[in-house]
Amino acid sequence: MMNIKVLGSGCTKCVKTAEIIERVAAENDVAVTVTKETSPEVIMSYGVMSTPAVVVDEALCHSGSIPTQAQIASWLK
Amino acid sequence: MFIIFTKLADWLAYGVLNLNPESKLGTATQFFIEDVSKIFVLLIVMIYSIALLRASLKVEKVRDFLAGKNKGAGYLLGSSFGAITPFCSCSSIPVFLGFTSAGIPVGITMAFLLTSPLVNEVAVLLLVSLLGWKFTVLYVLVGILVGVVGGMFLDAIRAERWLQSFAAKALERGKNAQLGQPKVESSNGHHTSDSIPSSSMLFSERHAFSWTETREIFARVWIWVIVGVGLGAALHGFVPDGWIEDHLGDGQWWSVPAATLLGIPLYSNATGVIPVMESLITNGLPVGTTLAFCMSTVAASFPEFILLKQVMQWKLLAILFLMLLLAFTVVGWVFNFISPVL
Repeated sequence: MMNIKVLGSGCTKCVKTAEIIERVAAENDVAVTVTKETSPEVIMSYGVMSTPAVVVDEALCHSGSIPTQAQIASWLK
Repeated sequence: MFIIFTKLADWLAYGVLNLNPESKLGTATQFFIEDVSKIFVLLIVMIYSIALLRASLKVEKVRDFLAGKNKGAGYLLGSSFGAITPFCSCSSIPVFLGFTSAGIPVGITMAFLLTSPLVNEVAVLLLVSLLGWKFTVLYVLVGILVGVVGGMFLDAIRAERWLQSFAAKALERGKNAQLGQPKVESSNGHHTSDSIPSSSMLFSERHAFSWTETREIFARVWIWVIVGVGLGAALHGFVPDGWIEDHLGDGQWWSVPAATLLGIPLYSNATGVIPVMESLITNGLPVGTTLAFCMSTVAASFPEFILLKQVMQWKLLAILFLMLLLAFTVVGWVFNFISPVL
């Protein structure tokens, strides 16, 4: 089970990011839990300044845009 | 180069729609079609080409550059970078905290955040093509000045006293880290953004970034172009020449603060407000009053301020809001006063 967090203030881009990750995970049969993290304090603790950002199993792997399907698929391997 | 839009508008308004070129409805419609088509084409071309150029300028680089700069230069640098660095307004809180936790003073961070919505490259290019370079230079200088003076004022009143406590602590840690070592370490051992490898961008990546950017910005501003030009067309066709000048001219001192207040509940970004600006100025509203109204529309809005509540206490929010209103009013008065000389 992979633990994925989407960091962002809750704008539409962040919601979309979470949706795409869930969809790509389902297509690839990978079990994930996707949570949205909106607390500025937590976002700061990851050193993120451009949202949406994605944290996979406590490692930051993306920030500043909605990730592409190919990017997401590469994190799920 | 722009004649093609005039021809298109003539053909649509007087040919296809068969309106009378002598009638008010005819000229207003022709003006509307010409301006909307011109601005739409300009917007798409400009957003795309500028995005290509600045695809690799990231807010993280700006933070590293600003950290440890002395205060004097810091305000001007912060404000200028605010003008050229792209970031989505929903990122303003993470940006604020990112700067703060790097030990950058609140005033410099706010210089960046205040100028950022007011001045950007797309707005500048639109201004040049619609209102000429003189007005553009003026607008950019004012936008940067508001950021610089606002930032200096916030540091002078020691605004960091009224941050939310976690933000104040982050600032404190950042300052201490700056004294010891220039690099900012994450406070709790997470992998931070530094761990994302940054490589030079391929053209295909730049194109993908620019294309997304163009679609996003266009989706956000097209409605404002319609509103702005529509307003202009209505004024153009139906309000008698000179009416605005006579009734809202610079004779009345109160028209500037009134314009600032009127701009608060309205919210738009700088790119969207420029067509509105064009129609107001060409219809005779004084330059200062127009600037006050438009800057207030762009930079002072309740949704943005509610977001800032996450990092600032009410007192600082109130000070910031009043400061902006005062700044835009003063800008308006000054420009109404000096514009006959320009």
